[in-house]
Amino acid sequence: MKSVFLLEFFSVLCFVLLSTVTAKNSEDIRCKCICPPYRDVEGQIYKQNVSLKDCNCLHVVEPMPVEGKDVEAYCLRCECKYEERSSGTIKFTIIMYLSILGLLLLYMVYLTLLEPMLKRRLFGHSQLIQNDDDVGDQQPFANAHNVLSRSHSRPNMLNKVEHAQQRWRRQVQEQRKSVFDRHVVLS
Amino acid sequence: TMFQFVNLHLKRAADRFGGMENPEYRTGSFEALHHPSDDDDDEMVDIAGATLDFSSTDDVPPLSSGAYDEYSSCSGSSRAAGMNGNGPGNLVDPLEDPVPGLGTYEDFNTIDWVREKSKDRDRHREITNKSRQSTVALLHSVSDAFSGWLLMLLVGLMSGALAGGIDIAAHWLTDMKDGVCLIGFWFNHEHCCWTSNETTFQERDRCPQWQSWAELITGTSEGAFAYIVNYVMYIFWALLFSFLAVILVRAFAPYACGSGIPEIKTILSGFIIRGYLGKWTLIIKTITLVLAVSSGLSLGKEGPLVHVACCCANILCHLFTKYRKNEAKRREVLSAAAAVGVSVAFGAPIGGVLFSLEEVSYYFPLKTLWRSFFAALVAAFTLRSINPFGNSRLVLFYVEFHAPWHLVELGPFILLGIFGGLWGALFIRANIAWCRRRKSTRLGHYPVIEVLVVAALTAVIAYPNSYTRMSGAELISELFNDCSLLDSSQLCGYKQPIDYPYWCECKQTLCLIRKPVCPIRNHSVYYPSRFPSGLFIPSMAVGAIAGRLLGVGMEQLAYYNHDWFIFKGWCSPGADCITPGLYAMVGAAACLGGVTRMTVSLVVHHVRADWRLEYIVPLMAATMTSKWVADAFGREGIYEAHIRLNGYPFLEPKEEFEHSSLAVDVMRPRRSDPALAVLTQEGMTVGEVEALVESTHYSGFPVVVSQESQRLVGFVLRRDLLISIDNARKRQEGVVSASQVVFTEHAPAQAAEAPPPLRLRGIMDLSPFTVTDHTPMDITVDIFRKLGLRQCLVTHNGRLLGIITKKDILKHMAQIANRDPDSILFN
Repeated sequence: MKSVFLLEFFSVLCFVLLSTVTAKNSEDIRCKCICPPYRDVEGQIYKQNVSLKDCNCLHVVEPMPVEGKDVEAYCLRCECKYEERSSGTIKFTIIMYLSILGLLLLYMVYLTLLEPMLKRRLFGHSQLIQNDDDVGDQQPFANAHNVLSRSHSRPNMLNKVEHAQQRWRRQVQEQRKSVFDRHVVLS
Repeated sequence: TMFQFVNLHLKRAADRFGGMENPEYRTGSFEALHHPSDDDDDEMVDIAGATLDFSSTDDVPPLSSGAYDEYSSCSGSSRAAGMNGNGPGNLVDPLEDPVPGLGTYEDFNTIDWVREKSKDRDRHREITNKSRQSTVALLHSVSDAFSGWLLMLLVGLMSGALAGGIDIAAHWLTDMKDGVCLIGFWFNHEHCCWTSNETTFQERDRCPQWQSWAELITGTSEGAFAYIVNYVMYIFWALLFSFLAVILVRAFAPYACGSGIPEIKTILSGFIIRGYLGKWTLIIKTITLVLAVSSGLSLGKEGPLVHVACCCANILCHLFTKYRKNEAKRREVLSAAAAVGVSVAFGAPIGGVLFSLEEVSYYFPLKTLWRSFFAALVAAFTLRSINPFGNSRLVLFYVEFHAPWHLVELGPFILLGIFGGLWGALFIRANIAWCRRRKSTRLGHYPVIEVLVVAALTAVIAYPNSYTRMSGAELISELFNDCSLLDSSQLCGYKQPIDYPYWCECKQTLCLIRKPVCPIRNHSVYYPSRFPSGLFIPSMAVGAIAGRLLGVGMEQLAYYNHDWFIFKGWCSPGADCITPGLYAMVGAAACLGGVTRMTVSLVVHHVRADWRLEYIVPLMAATMTSKWVADAFGREGIYEAHIRLNGYPFLEPKEEFEHSSLAVDVMRPRRSDPALAVLTQEGMTVGEVEALVESTHYSGFPVVVSQESQRLVGFVLRRDLLISIDNARKRQEGVVSASQVVFTEHAPAQAAEAPPPLRLRGIMDLSPFTVTDHTPMDITVDIFRKLGLRQCLVTHNGRLLGIITKKDILKHMAQIANRDPDSILFN
């Protein structure tokens, strides 16, 4: 258990470090100048990939829509901001999110559909009827009992994992009953 | 009865997970719930390893024999776990667990603050004493002192990272309803057009790299057909996201429903809900929060972020023994985590700490203040470095106002406060009524269908209006907008600074009026819902709309009637004297205050929004007015109302107890009840004790000198009793059902062939709290609140008379307030 937590902690730390030291892609910095309408010149937005020291109206606004002495007046109304982003972080986050979501959905499909089929084939149809507790319960984890009773005979790693899994499913089932069915907790 | 007990024990041992169908259980109750303990508890139970059976079971078998007491509750102190006089049979070192499971609590029970705090003091004393012995021990004591700060650092990092991830994913997924980015599907709309030069001043979002669904499918973006395709895709995505969210919550972690703040409030006051702050709840809450927010429903993510932060804190507590073993210390960390949650949601560390202090925490020692602030800062910094918004603003509501307000405007601000209060009262009533209906009728049995219907309705109604289509946060920042030259917001409608075409603004505000209808109906139905949902943003949105409308109205009034006496002094024609954005902000604060009844933390949040102190006065005026108006209709905020709806044993720290009853009126047993179930300090056998414990539901028993004298010796917890007896039967030589149970220091002389006695003085609390029967109830309630007691014994002339538990007090208070006393479900 402790190792799981440590693992989680380190992955979070990696995520944070990754985002801070991600190589500054030249595409990831920009200077954005917003210039409002001036006389008969339309409002315009200018963007360029320049660094902070060059982020001002004179460097970014190209081509300059006004001539000579109007440039100063025009530039005074413009507001230039330097912005940075990390596209690597965004990509990493979205891909990680989608993969976790995908894994969860797959796991759910497995638990709801595939596992009962597999268990039925392995242990025979008769065992499932013992669960008077779950008759009519079409939820995932409905057959936590019968698997458990068979698990005492083989004390090995796989068995422990399965044991832990069954225990977890039982917890979730209880939570579900209390929240959704009996409405005891969490209206 | 002894035989029954043994039988039950065996049966339970044989089919551990089938053992819930114990006929003793009351139907419709939740005894079965506490049988599977959270994985977090495995840590405590597993340490004995091979020596004890507990490592192979997830919890202690005898404990599932029903723990819902009528009146007593557990407060045995395991200060006894070492320091005061105990027999040779018990282990002494408070740093090691004497018996695994001893000193832990049942699910859905209240902890004993006094016991936990004294456990911590003992532990600390032990470490300090040992630290003088060797360098290693000294280092250990130093690291122990710093472990709190290290834990806060980790909590801040983890919560900040998660919040950053949630923000990025939520923005992306929300924009997914509108279209896709061609240069990289992981970019949302804003980032897709980040480098593009085709954005114009009027249309800041248009760029060829971002294609709406209509463009992808049909190739055009104009025309009725394209509109319909966009509409249909929007509805499709909204339905898909909400469906995924509901089924994930239902399948993996039903505790991830709703916002979580009422439950966290209760947990912080001492309640235990196993699994509520666990790993699966964290994962599912994070994933489904993104889905829920993106599905277009009017939800916020602030409440769920508090829950996420508390889950992180709970999980990280397991790395540190000091916090893992002690429930009271853990709650200090959870208070800080609540501050972290709000801090990452709003980017306001101080606001987060004040929110935790004002709204969520029960006991908030000064040490927690510093640590909360530290954690909140770390989290805000982490969030910023992950940089979710592509610029250095921390949160969306960063606005700057340029014009000062005038005293005359206090009138409309107070009006907004009144509106906020009325809205708050109305919302709470509607929401509680709806939730009550959902709990008791068949309406609550179809969560998936319920969610899909509401999501479909919302999507259908929200899409046509561009304001309702926006996410809540975007809408609010648009409403707070102080129309300057550089903004192209439709709300501003300026053509040129000199000529104010107010008709433009009117047209847009008409669009806005449609918006409140949607959230009022939608949101009171929807909070809390079948997946993570918060209510800060939607309440603020309603308030902001009302404020903006009022502000625009005032602006119109001032513009066209600048020679009225109220405007004459300060508003010259053509000047920009009224800022509708400020009205929007004040309205948002008023509505949020009306719903949650927060005051100080709210003002700090909003003032931070522009860092100018001159806006404190309108904000405070509106917030106080809204609180007073809402209090006139009902004293409870939304969180307290939900706590009461769920029957949690939350003793409100701010309520005054005004009735003049005495302790003897509230205590149990009443006249018609059976006599108090007590244990004698010697003379009972193991079998008799087990029978007594099995035959009742009480979770604690007073120990008296003898049945005749009824003089109090101490108090012992049911759970501790059963664990010790079970442990003794397995490990101690010769303990059988006929063995004597001894609570005194020295066992009485016994016949040579009698089985050895079982010494249980170590698990007894030698200093239970007592009051006399004539103590007024308001003092008793005060004692309960201030010390965090679970029960208190009542004596008369020095002899034990009865017992008062927290549940009795809550029932009594409910009765006085003419509410149903049976609605208090837990203890």
